[in-house]
Amino acid sequence: MNAQPFRLPSGGLVDRTQTLSFRFDGKTYDGHPGDTLASALLANGVRLLGRSFKYHRPRGVLSVGSEEPNALVELRTGARREPNTRATIIELFEGLEATSQNRWPSLGCDFLSVDRLAGSALVAGFYYKTFMWPAAFWEKLYEPVIRRAAGLGRAARFADPDHYEKAFAFCDVLVIGAGPAGLSAALTAGRSGARVILCDEDFRLGGRLLAERREIDGRPAADWVAATLAELAALSEVRTMLRTSVFGLYDHGIFGAVERVNDHVAVPPAHQPRQRGWRIYTKRAILASGALERPIVFPGNDRPGVMLAGAVRAYVNRFGVLPGREIVVFTTGDNGWATVCDLVAAGVRLSAIVDSRSEIDPTFKALAERAGARVFAGGAVEATQGGHHVRGVVVRDSSGKHTTLSCDLLAVSNGWNPTLHLTSHQNGRPIWNEDVQAFVPGTLPPGLAVGGSAAGRFTLAQALEDGARLGREAAVEIGFRPTHIEPIPTTDAETNRVKPIWRVRGGRGKAFVDFQNDVTEKDVELAAREGFRSVEHLKRYTTLGMATDQGKTSNIAGLAIMAEQTGRAISDTGTTVFRPPFTPVAIGALAGHHRGKDFRPVRLAPTHDWSREQGAVFVETGQWLRAQYYPKPGEQDWLTTVTREVLAVRTGVGLCDVSTLGKIDIQGRDTAEFLERVYINGWKALPVGKARYGLMLREDGFVMDDGTTSRLRENHFLMTTTTANAGKVMQHLEFCHQVLWPKLDVRMVSVSEQWAQAAIAGPKSREVLRDILDAVHDISNEAFPYLAAREVTVNGGIPARLFRISFSGELAYELAVPADYGEAMMRALMAAGSPHGITPYGTEALGVMRLEKGHVAGNELNGQTTARDLGLGKMMSSKKDFIGRLMARREALLQSDRPTLVGLRPINNAERLRAGAHFISMGRTANTDNDEGYMTSVAYSPSLGHWIGLGLLKNGPRRVGERIRAVDPVRNSEIHVEICSPIFVDREGTRLHG
Amino acid sequence: MRYSIFSLISQALKGHRGWQPAWRDAAPKPGYDVLVIGGGGHGLATAYYLASRHGISNVAVLEKGYIGSGNVGRNTTIIRSNYLLPGNTPFYELSMKLWEGLEQELNYNAMVSQRGVLNLFHSDVQRDAFARRANAMRLAGVDAAFIDREQVRSMLPFLDYETSRFPIQGGLLQGRGGTVRHDAVAWGYARAADSRGVDIVQNCEVTGIDIVDGRATGVQTTRGPIKAKKIALVVAGNSSRLAAMAGMRLPIESHVLQAFVSEGLKPLLDCVVTFGAGHLYISQSDKGGLVFGGDIDGYNSYAQRGNLPVIEDVMEAAMALWPGLGRVRLLRHWGGVMDMSMDGSPIIDHAPIEGLYLNAGWCYGGFKATPASGFCFAYLVAKDEPHPLAAAYRLDRFATGRLIDEKGVGAQPNLH
Amino acid sequence: MRIPCPHCGARDVQEFTYLGDAKPRRPEGLDATEAAMLEYVYVRDNPRGPNDELWYHAAGCRAWLMVRRHTLTHVIESAVPTKSAKAGVAA
Repeated sequence: MNAQPFRLPSGGLVDRTQTLSFRFDGKTYDGHPGDTLASALLANGVRLLGRSFKYHRPRGVLSVGSEEPNALVELRTGARREPNTRATIIELFEGLEATSQNRWPSLGCDFLSVDRLAGSALVAGFYYKTFMWPAAFWEKLYEPVIRRAAGLGRAARFADPDHYEKAFAFCDVLVIGAGPAGLSAALTAGRSGARVILCDEDFRLGGRLLAERREIDGRPAADWVAATLAELAALSEVRTMLRTSVFGLYDHGIFGAVERVNDHVAVPPAHQPRQRGWRIYTKRAILASGALERPIVFPGNDRPGVMLAGAVRAYVNRFGVLPGREIVVFTTGDNGWATVCDLVAAGVRLSAIVDSRSEIDPTFKALAERAGARVFAGGAVEATQGGHHVRGVVVRDSSGKHTTLSCDLLAVSNGWNPTLHLTSHQNGRPIWNEDVQAFVPGTLPPGLAVGGSAAGRFTLAQALEDGARLGREAAVEIGFRPTHIEPIPTTDAETNRVKPIWRVRGGRGKAFVDFQNDVTEKDVELAAREGFRSVEHLKRYTTLGMATDQGKTSNIAGLAIMAEQTGRAISDTGTTVFRPPFTPVAIGALAGHHRGKDFRPVRLAPTHDWSREQGAVFVETGQWLRAQYYPKPGEQDWLTTVTREVLAVRTGVGLCDVSTLGKIDIQGRDTAEFLERVYINGWKALPVGKARYGLMLREDGFVMDDGTTSRLRENHFLMTTTTANAGKVMQHLEFCHQVLWPKLDVRMVSVSEQWAQAAIAGPKSREVLRDILDAVHDISNEAFPYLAAREVTVNGGIPARLFRISFSGELAYELAVPADYGEAMMRALMAAGSPHGITPYGTEALGVMRLEKGHVAGNELNGQTTARDLGLGKMMSSKKDFIGRLMARREALLQSDRPTLVGLRPINNAERLRAGAHFISMGRTANTDNDEGYMTSVAYSPSLGHWIGLGLLKNGPRRVGERIRAVDPVRNSEIHVEICSPIFVDREGTRLHG
Repeated sequence: MRYSIFSLISQALKGHRGWQPAWRDAAPKPGYDVLVIGGGGHGLATAYYLASRHGISNVAVLEKGYIGSGNVGRNTTIIRSNYLLPGNTPFYELSMKLWEGLEQELNYNAMVSQRGVLNLFHSDVQRDAFARRANAMRLAGVDAAFIDREQVRSMLPFLDYETSRFPIQGGLLQGRGGTVRHDAVAWGYARAADSRGVDIVQNCEVTGIDIVDGRATGVQTTRGPIKAKKIALVVAGNSSRLAAMAGMRLPIESHVLQAFVSEGLKPLLDCVVTFGAGHLYISQSDKGGLVFGGDIDGYNSYAQRGNLPVIEDVMEAAMALWPGLGRVRLLRHWGGVMDMSMDGSPIIDHAPIEGLYLNAGWCYGGFKATPASGFCFAYLVAKDEPHPLAAAYRLDRFATGRLIDEKGVGAQPNLH
Repeated sequence: MRIPCPHCGARDVQEFTYLGDAKPRRPEGLDATEAAMLEYVYVRDNPRGPNDELWYHAAGCRAWLMVRRHTLTHVIESAVPTKSAKAGVAA
């Protein structure tokens, strides 16, 4: 077999000394380093690469870049399978494996391809007009068929084995695109001393200069590129990023970019990411992203072998590949002739050149003679012939006569569109420029400048000039002074006249506007006929421009045909808005490390290791991991463990970490006044050395949070918040101080992480504590009564704070020490408690005991309850103003039938209660009208030997003793319960004060 | 022309030359019985139901751009009626029932696909809250099922069950929830309203509201003044701006919500799934793109575009939920401007000015409500009394305290 | 977006939390009316254009800032601590 039969004998930027072996659809081929998958397949004579979205038509390579609409493949296999990957930008590597997609059973023989008759019914929007009867058939029949036929490639079915990084960069000037304009801009800005980042999505810098045979300063352009890169490399403030696509421009000069760190190897090396998602923070940015060539709309224009003329040059000049042997060029401007010129230079002869313009420049005629090509001035290609690739074209000459020419490559050119997408990411609208027959950037986002082809200035000389100018301007604007100004390099001559034609009329067969989504000129006509005339309607109705290429090669032709259909100018028709990303970005790269266990940070209590040693099972509570319970060997289930822990506390002593509670240290002369205003209850009378339960509302009158706050000194308070609301309360207090009452003398700081805190609860807790407190501290009931709060020392002088507060309802204390002593504190307490059988307990037992005592927690503090709803209405002071006071008084919030906190117990003690069940009166139908409230929290009470619950019930407290139904239809359960006081254990609080 | 497989084939044989515009591109007349300001889904639905249910067809829909250019064409296409509070549940269920017969009623295939909406929960507190909601749905006659972790796994085996930071405990499944082709909703209502005589006036921006003696009498537009007996504002995203023309201030802020779509893929995901440990919902469109949504950007904005923090947040949640998505590519993202109300629920009510009616405050949940919103708003405009199922959406609820705060976050729109 | 924190310099918006319109003033004291409080808590101008907003530098200096930001272009004109006289927020 002739290896790479379409590889030219010499030339190009591929490394012919090395051969890479790769597979496409199971067949093995060879290529070289520097190839793309597309160039290597073309070198091997493979032209059929994929199938289109709707009609499953055969498709080949159209372009040479990321705008490719046709040559999409599944790259790699298994968990690394990447669907819809553009063969034109896949860098070839040894062992690469790619598969064609959207065909069945094979690329060559696709049973899903739609024949002409059926195809004629599948026009734009056909699905809006049928498949409506019977209604149930949509999900069962029509939709599954449509879904199977649609879609493109197959995503991997397994977790992505590679990892991704996020990175942040800051620069003075970001230059996007390393073609002539970008290199020139980076050089000028870099020479001034500015911090420059130069990004290009290609794996080699130089942009179009890599694809063209041009001269700069009288020498091959490659020499200028090499010299420029060498100088940039020597500038320490300039950073060059290869394989990096800048995909979006966001507010305030922040750009999103993705760096394909290891897509050019089979598997990323160990410890390296596959891709890196960048945020680049810039002061100025220069868009030098070049331009995209436009194809021509004519019947059969989608057949493999029809290729953009500029792409043909790139394959010849950069990759040393001749994509065909019998070549016809169809052009509407000078660019097609540049391809003729380069082919001639490569020693290739052409069959014909069709130029839609009737006047042909004499130099072009001479060129055609050298190429041995016929010239059809004023002509057009009306059809292509062949099956899976072009075998001939039908040309209509200026007299209307048709000639059939044999060929295997048709190079087409219809002028260029500036790659201006980033200029409209902030809703800027491109404007039509008659002179260059293209949309050019309109109003630019702040800080962004555009130069070269991206600005519609298409010649090399303009690119070099723009780059130098914009690089200098950007640097100067942010305060850099260019030391010297180098002359702008000179270039060889070029012309870039174009007279685009938006479609060739008169032929037969489908003429494609959007290749990937199979939108034809007829679809655009239909849209116009049915009133979908706005460009956005055109897009949405026909799907024009909505495929993976986002219309890069199709939008302009589509709207030009719409303009013609509706008798408007292109400038009046306008374009759709270009949205980020400029090129599709892997979700992994945007997520970075945030997956699996690293999805969100894990916060660990300072006593975490101790809890782990004790065998704790941990539970996610927000970002915290908290000890949920501490199973002992032989315990069958969590309920057994939790029951043991509760009983240990109620009869002896238990130990629980409560470090995750929010702790806010508040100081200043006006602290008491400040607390008066944020809590609903009074604080001025609280003596030093005492704690008090406080409840705070949002300004709309609903409960925000609760906790105990202690007065450590006259003007020094320590507030605690719930674990969940610690951050929210801190922000709220800062708001109250800095925004509402800045004149109050008060300062606050969160000390949640500075203090480890443990609850020591149970009748024997005092004895345990005595053992570790330094002897000077008297904690007898008289000296340290319920709600006492004092600074103490433990274990010989370690500073600590002791609070006699209780969530469990037992005699209990909370002891806080500086966080670094947290573990030592737990060990000391365990040692001191071991004679008393001290038992570690977790959040489950904590929750059971709070429920037994009727304390509200997260399920009740759900943002929908008022203080009255929770039975705490009496705490609201009428003698002072406080946050939420007025809004809590609104009529509906004072209605007596608002659901209010009650306790609930099953009539049948064996039955289990469930939170989320709704309350319905006996004998009433279970429906919304009869819904009287719901069960907020439940637990099995070891003290009582049955399940207990808290709930919010209409008129609740007045209904104690009544029996109602707790219905739970989604779990097929209904339990009869008795309404009772929410306090189930030790209603008088004697234990607490013991 | 009636749409059917027969008209489609017969047109195909004639080269599709006989299709008529889906709606007339009407020029405004000097006056109407009712002016509907806003040619989005809700406005077009309002006009359709005015004509079809109340016999009021001397109606114009005024749209500043092209119809469907607002949120009806920017959302993530999800429909559901899985609401908690009694003010909401029956209303959204009405909407679901209207969706279920919509295509036959409008003779337009909007691809209403009841593929199921699954809300995952990851903690005991969340489980309890979901149980409360699921039971509220069932009491209101709405379908709801509670499924456990293993049932979730059998439905969606590719999610992360082994290494997740917040393990999936189970889910609340509404089987009748699903997706609808969003643009087609606007077009279907427009075509059906047009065929009943409603004028759809595009490129007609309202620049002022005429108020004479405390009564709204007409509007000023970029296409001249138009008189009307009744004026119905349906301009979510811009409600505050239009209300300001009538001298009103609303309990609403405008915020941007982003949406995302991946490249087209062969079928992977057959339902709508929401991640409970972050802000994320995903479905797959009939074209194969995975459609994602997340949290609002969180600051007042009229920009119809968002920023990287939320984009990354959504993609992080996607990878946390479904680690096989790493190599799937994000194709496009965009933003829509939401009327974020102060309690997270909408307003369908008389304005305090006679002749002026207000439909606003849909937050990020307006699409699913489109049929019921139009239905109930048309009822209000036609009869001058609220529809019983939308009676909770009164403007005075903030003063009375009859708030409809599903999330319980209070008067902070960016948290709803 | 980046917010020019007067204490910390330009910082990414992710470091901040947003509250909203800075214009409404809380009616203070026991004499405040329910109507005035209703307006303060619920009613907003919601302009499309420059907007004075409250932002909290939660992951930075913890200052509440008044930021003048355009709600269509997102361009930030100024950012000052609410406690400073310039903000005009302080009672």
